[in-house]
Amino acid sequence: MSHGAVWKYGDNVNTDVIFPGRYTYQIMTPEEMAKHALEDLDPRFAAGVKPGDVIVAGKNFGCGSSREQAAACLKAAGVQAVVAKSFARIYFRNAINLGLPVLQSEEAVDALETGDHVDIDLARGEIRSAKGTFRFLPLPPAVIGIIAAGGLIEYTKSKLKEEQE
Amino acid sequence: MGKTLTEKVLGRKAGKDVQAGEVVVVSPDYVLSHDNSAAIIKEFQKLGVKKVKAPEKIVIVLDHIVPAADEKYAQNHKSIREFVAAQGIPNFFDINAGICHQVLPEQGFALPGKVIVGSDSHTPSYGALGAFATGIGRTETACTWATDEIWLRVPETMRIDLSGRLRSGVFAKDLSLKLIGDHGAEMANYKAVEFAGPAASDLSVGARLTLANMSAEMGAKNGYFVPDAKALKWLEGRAREPFVAVSSDRDARYESVLAYDLGALEPQIACPHTVDNVKPVAAVAGKPVNQVLIGTCTNGRLEDLEAAAAIFKGRKVHRSVRVLVIPASWEVYREALNSGALAVLVDAGCVILNSGCGPCLGAHEGLMAAGEVCLSTSNRNFQGRMGHRDSEIYLASPATAAATAVTGVITDPREFS
Repeated sequence: MSHGAVWKYGDNVNTDVIFPGRYTYQIMTPEEMAKHALEDLDPRFAAGVKPGDVIVAGKNFGCGSSREQAAACLKAAGVQAVVAKSFARIYFRNAINLGLPVLQSEEAVDALETGDHVDIDLARGEIRSAKGTFRFLPLPPAVIGIIAAGGLIEYTKSKLKEEQE
Repeated sequence: MGKTLTEKVLGRKAGKDVQAGEVVVVSPDYVLSHDNSAAIIKEFQKLGVKKVKAPEKIVIVLDHIVPAADEKYAQNHKSIREFVAAQGIPNFFDINAGICHQVLPEQGFALPGKVIVGSDSHTPSYGALGAFATGIGRTETACTWATDEIWLRVPETMRIDLSGRLRSGVFAKDLSLKLIGDHGAEMANYKAVEFAGPAASDLSVGARLTLANMSAEMGAKNGYFVPDAKALKWLEGRAREPFVAVSSDRDARYESVLAYDLGALEPQIACPHTVDNVKPVAAVAGKPVNQVLIGTCTNGRLEDLEAAAAIFKGRKVHRSVRVLVIPASWEVYREALNSGALAVLVDAGCVILNSGCGPCLGAHEGLMAAGEVCLSTSNRNFQGRMGHRDSEIYLASPATAAATAVTGVITDPREFS
C-alpha cells in the first residue's frame, strides 16, 4: 500500500500532452522525460509532483500515438498509479509493460479532486481516501507480477532466469 | 450466459472459462513482425537468452520499405535475415512476398480460432477469417519471442448488424469510413467489433479484410467476422494446419449493437487530418489532387484493382495526376496480371510498384511536397504521414480513387457506372 496526493484532469488526455511529440527522438532517459511530463496540459505538474502521487482522469486516458514515453515519463516522475474512467488500449498495455499501474474506477474519479490524499492497495483492489473507499477490479497476478518487477523486460528476464535454474 | 467468439477463442487458449474484463495469459499461435523486427531484435537481446522459445510461431514479413530505400533500411533488413538464419525461423518472407496483412491470410496463418499477435496496429485484419488478432508493442513482441506467452485483457464486444446490399459504386471501404465518421475514432476503444447481420455473409473475404483492417481505426482491439462457408472455402488449399471454426453464441453478451443498411450508403471520404473527418464524396467533389495511391493492406487486393480497372478501361490518368498502384501481395500481383487488370492500369498511365506498404507510412516511393494533395485507399490520413507537413491526404475506396485519377479532381465513382 502506498500514499500520495491526487492530480486531477479531464477526459481524453492524449499522449501528445502527456509527452510532447517534439521530444520523442530528442530525449532518451527516463529522468529527462520526467521533466516534461504533462508539460502541455499542466505546466506545474513536473515541478510539483512527488513520489507516490496519483493521476486521476476521465475517459480515454492516453489516446493518440502509441509512444511508450507517455507511460515512461509518468513512472519516472514518481507517479504510483493512474486512476481513470477508461484508458486507450495501447496506453493501457504500454503502462503495465513499463510497470505503471493503470486502474479503472468511475466512482473514484467522480469523487476525488486535486489535493486529496489516497492510499492504493493493488492486491486488494482498493483506493482509500477521506471521501471513502473505492474499488477497482483487482489486477490479476500476472499483471501485478509485471508491475512489481518494474516492467515487462525485467519481469521476463527474471522469469527466464528462474526457468533456466 | 453465452459467449462471444473472442471470449471463446481466448478461453480455449487460456484453458478455462473466461469473460470480458478478465486478463488471461496465453501462448499465441503466431507472432507477426515486419521491418520493425530489427528494433525488436535489439529488445530481445536485453533479455539474456540466446534462442527464441518457439521459432515456428514467429512470422516475419519484410514489407514496409521493400526493396530497401537506403543504407539504414538495408542494414535493418540484413540484421533481420541474419537473425532469421541464426534462430532457424522457418516463416520468413523477404521483399518479394507482399504486405504482411495480405500474406498471412494467403499463406494460411490467419485461420479461424487462432490467436495472432503482431507488432503492427493493423494486425486485427485476420479477424476477417475468424481469428483473434491484435496489435502489440515492440517490447512485448520481444518478450513473447522469449517466453511464448502474452497477457491479454478479454475485450467487451460491439456488434455491428449489417443488412441490405451495397449499391453499384459503393464498397466495404465506404462502410468503414461511414462507421468511423458517425461514431468517432474511439468508437470501439479496447473492444472487439463483430461484423454480423444478414448482409455480413454477402461480403467477399476481401471486403471483410478491409473492414477488419479498419477496425483498428475505430480503436478496436480486434475486429472479426464469424467464419462462414465463404470463409472456409477461401481457406481451402491455404490453411497450413488444422483449425476449429468458432462462432459467437446466440445469447452472447454484447456491450452495444449498431445497425447499418448497406443499401442506404453512398461513397464516403475521410478528409484531412483525421480518419473520423468523414463526408460523402459528393460534398468535396471538385477538389484537385496531385497523387492517387491505390493499394495498401486496406485496399490492395484483386477486387480493388479490378474495381479501379473497370473505371480506367479505355480512359487515361489525368495529366495533372500521378497514380501509384501497389498490389497487396505477389499473389495479387500475379492474379491481376492474369486477369488483365494490370494491363488496363498500365495502359491508363498508372505506375505499378512492388508489393509492400509503399508511401502509406511516409518512408519511400512517392512522398508529397508542401501543398500537395493525395487521395489514397489506405487507412490513415494524419498530418504529414505521407510527406510534407503541409500536404493533405484524403481516404476513399479504389473506385473513388480511380474516378478521381481520371478527372484530376475528387469524383464520385457513380459518375462512371
